[in-house]
Amino acid sequence: MKGKILSTLFFEPSTRTKLSFTSAMQRLGGQTLEFGDSESTSIVKGENLTDTIKTVGKYCDIITIRHPNEGAARYASEITDKPVLNSGDGANQHPTQTLLDLYAIRKLKGGISELNISLLGDLKHARVIKSLAYALSMFGARLTLISPPGLEIGKQFIDELKYNFKSSIDETNNLQKGIKKADVLYVCRIQKERFEDSYEAERLQREFRVTAETLTNVKEDLVILHSLPKVSEIAHEIDESKYSKYFDQVFYGIPVRMAILNMVLQ
Amino acid sequence: MTSRELLVSKIENGTVIDHIPSGQGLRVVNIMGSNMVKGQTAVVLINIPSKHMGTKDIVKINDREIAVREINKIALTAQTATLNIIRNWEVSEKRKITIPRIFEGVVKCPNSNCITNTDEHIITKFIVEKRKPLSTRCHYCERPFAREEINSFIT
Repeated sequence: MKGKILSTLFFEPSTRTKLSFTSAMQRLGGQTLEFGDSESTSIVKGENLTDTIKTVGKYCDIITIRHPNEGAARYASEITDKPVLNSGDGANQHPTQTLLDLYAIRKLKGGISELNISLLGDLKHARVIKSLAYALSMFGARLTLISPPGLEIGKQFIDELKYNFKSSIDETNNLQKGIKKADVLYVCRIQKERFEDSYEAERLQREFRVTAETLTNVKEDLVILHSLPKVSEIAHEIDESKYSKYFDQVFYGIPVRMAILNMVLQ
Repeated sequence: MTSRELLVSKIENGTVIDHIPSGQGLRVVNIMGSNMVKGQTAVVLINIPSKHMGTKDIVKINDREIAVREINKIALTAQTATLNIIRNWEVSEKRKITIPRIFEGVVKCPNSNCITNTDEHIITKFIVEKRKPLSTRCHYCERPFAREEINSFIT
């Protein structure tokens, strides 16, 4: 990968995805070109995404982009001859996160097929959840979807998974019930900013929070994952428990992104 | 006037769109009408008795042959419609409207956060996943949309 350059275009905040792509590229012997805060670029002069991508594509060998609008990464791939990796487009997809999540589950549990995997949180708005649910269905996992009322993943999406993969999918608004048989619990944030009533948001965050008490009847070898950042949805005490594997999960982003970069550029 | 006679006369040259589901005739004429020039006229017949459909709408436009882009828009609105191109008072071409597998530039994405709804001047593209009932997916934001959801976004 020597002499190759990865450009990281992040129009939304990122810690792990951006840093792990940077780390992955450097570990492969390549270099990175950071787009930087959009306020320090010609975006602030009114330059549009189209011109930005066409320009950046002249300076690097591969681009990774995170953007607030759905479809931005796909559009970027159509207007440059450089490969484009989607690091998150609006509420649509976050495919490299999904790949590292799959890898983490396989490393930690020895496989994916036939596992009972519970997805917990704001399933309606979290882009990592849709990507992950789709991929887990492809691999034959049994899914339990746990969310507050109104934040379910959506019947249309569930119907699509059942139609395409004959998936086993249950839904519940009860946290204890949803994790009782789980081999893996994947937690995502309940996004307070989605609620007009902050009191209601906080109430739901408390009700669906993972604590030591929540975990009293779970399987001994349950694994808890989270794409991070976490706020209050997992109690701090869980970080040091035998169940918590989300910091191991963070590491898996490196080998997975190295593999993706290598596959695309070779 | 008998029930077999048309309410309007034949046209010399132009387009007749037949077998439009009742109630969609005005929408079809709006699609065609946006590109009308001086001298061209359009007529819409509503709730005409039909052997196969019960009732139907018909649109006639003289001195104008329908464009492909318009056919795709009409296909989204009136899947059962048939096209008749009239030349010298005779039906020169006749065909059923079929929904293409992909249609571009005819529908605005209903997802307000789709990249196509920004200032990037992107031509929209929808993949037809199922024709009956119509189910489409935006090529960019990947959201699925049924007919009712995209009907009011036809450009």
